[in-house]
Amino acid sequence: MNSNLYALLGLGVAVSFVMALKGLSAPKTARRGNLIGAFGATIATVIVFFDPSSKEHNNTFLIIAAIAFGVLVGVPAARKIQMTQMPQLVALFNGVGGGAAALVAVVEYLNLSTEGKPSTANLIATVFTVIVGSTSFSGSVITFMKLQELMTTRPVVFPGGRFVIAGTLIGVLASGGWTISSGGNTPLLVMGLLSLLFGVLFVLPVGGADVPIVISLLNAFTGLTVAASGYVLQSTLLIVAGTLVGASGTILTRKMAEAMGRSLFGTLFGAFTAKPQALAVGGEARTVKSGSPDDVAILLNYAQRVVIVPGFGLAVAQAQHTVRELADLLAEKGVEVAYGIHPVAGRMPGHMNVLLAEASVPYEQLVEMEEINPTFPQTDVVLVVGANDVVNPAAKTTPGCPIYGMPILDVASAGNVIFLKRSMRPGFAGIENDLLYDAKTTLLFGDAKDSLTKVVSALKAL
Amino acid sequence: MTTIPTMAILTIFVLSVFVGFEVVSKVSTTLHTPLMSGANAIHGIILIGAIIVANGATSTLETTLSILAVVLATINMVGGFVVTDRMLEMFKGKGGKK
Repeated sequence: MNSNLYALLGLGVAVSFVMALKGLSAPKTARRGNLIGAFGATIATVIVFFDPSSKEHNNTFLIIAAIAFGVLVGVPAARKIQMTQMPQLVALFNGVGGGAAALVAVVEYLNLSTEGKPSTANLIATVFTVIVGSTSFSGSVITFMKLQELMTTRPVVFPGGRFVIAGTLIGVLASGGWTISSGGNTPLLVMGLLSLLFGVLFVLPVGGADVPIVISLLNAFTGLTVAASGYVLQSTLLIVAGTLVGASGTILTRKMAEAMGRSLFGTLFGAFTAKPQALAVGGEARTVKSGSPDDVAILLNYAQRVVIVPGFGLAVAQAQHTVRELADLLAEKGVEVAYGIHPVAGRMPGHMNVLLAEASVPYEQLVEMEEINPTFPQTDVVLVVGANDVVNPAAKTTPGCPIYGMPILDVASAGNVIFLKRSMRPGFAGIENDLLYDAKTTLLFGDAKDSLTKVVSALKAL
Repeated sequence: MTTIPTMAILTIFVLSVFVGFEVVSKVSTTLHTPLMSGANAIHGIILIGAIIVANGATSTLETTLSILAVVLATINMVGGFVVTDRMLEMFKGKGGKK
């Protein structure tokens, strides 16, 4: 292929990525934006086989087979996944991307060292990619395991942990310097292993609602490694695409952190400052008031205004259609219904919006936190469906608890609070919720969908 | 291989940073997740980097590592776009009955 034509097509692909990101930031154009990005990526993958600057084509068959294999793994995974498990799938995809970038850098490093003395700039870019790519890979695997609940979702903090983390980071940087100055494969191997360890240690102390922020951050990291690979491989497309993701990912991470009232710095370096904390679990058995579906139906029936607060439990139970049925029924009875959406309800920002949109809940009924909080004192009943941390007053009252400082839905100021919960188990962040023991709280135990179905039939019978 | 001048690379890099900041500056909370997922798919473009190194790979070690990179990058890219599309599908037909 003519090299100008090749460069021109590459430019077109870069533009398609800009348009993809632009499209993805507005609801109307989001889907089209994503398709434009996918189209651009496909073009890029096809034309790279005709790259005029690559003289060798050693493994064409193997490469095509590997792509086919990747498609066979990736597409069914993305198609079959439950809505509730999407966040961890994104984490995993990000991890394999980081891993791929690190591997590309390793191969390039092996290449560079056989071709004689490589330039220091190339070495630095390669070392950077291996470090950040490996960190992103192992960090993403840990976030995946946390979200999939293959391991504890709480922050894992051990005594002296921050010194271990700081020590590992110093080790990573030192072995990076060693690799750049002396070359050879041993320093690279040491550096790669230490980077993998650092990724694990970096993510372990992060718990609860901070996990999505970390996924977004690792996503931005992976983008930067792609840009660095582009520098080494002399591919402007990789530089542009990687930098776009790095920059937009950084902004997105900051926005998410802001939405949760977290400083980005605090999240980033939480690993270094986290202290082991005593979780305040009352020793005495406190009493809770649990009610029947009929009690709940009566409370709802005679309310003027009801606010539904959905959480991860709603997603797990796939109860979005049932909750809408309940809301419609209440509206027929003249009750004013709104949904209070916490920015990080569920396991990812926007999780609840996606879920309720699937059940065709009218967009106007979804009210964001800042707007709904002042209305709680005029609300008779708040129905909390499978949410916990986002309404936990400990975020305001208990300094030192993992969610302290996170803005919450101020449901305690409403007349009555009904919790639909599977059990007394604490939420994702692993903290006891005092609101459950409050006199105006009624609990209805069980799967959110079952409970809602029962409440709906009780309400119809009234 | 013609080398791209470092200053040109730096220019491309800096301008891309600004474009990246700019395009997502007005995103609503609702779209945080799909946008993250879409950006995630875009960095799957490391696939072309993996293909470039696999093309030049000669030793068994290089070939193995670069083919593994091709597999991982493909999963990232293809899976990423598909999963983003599925998320966005949910927003379609707002207000319409299913």
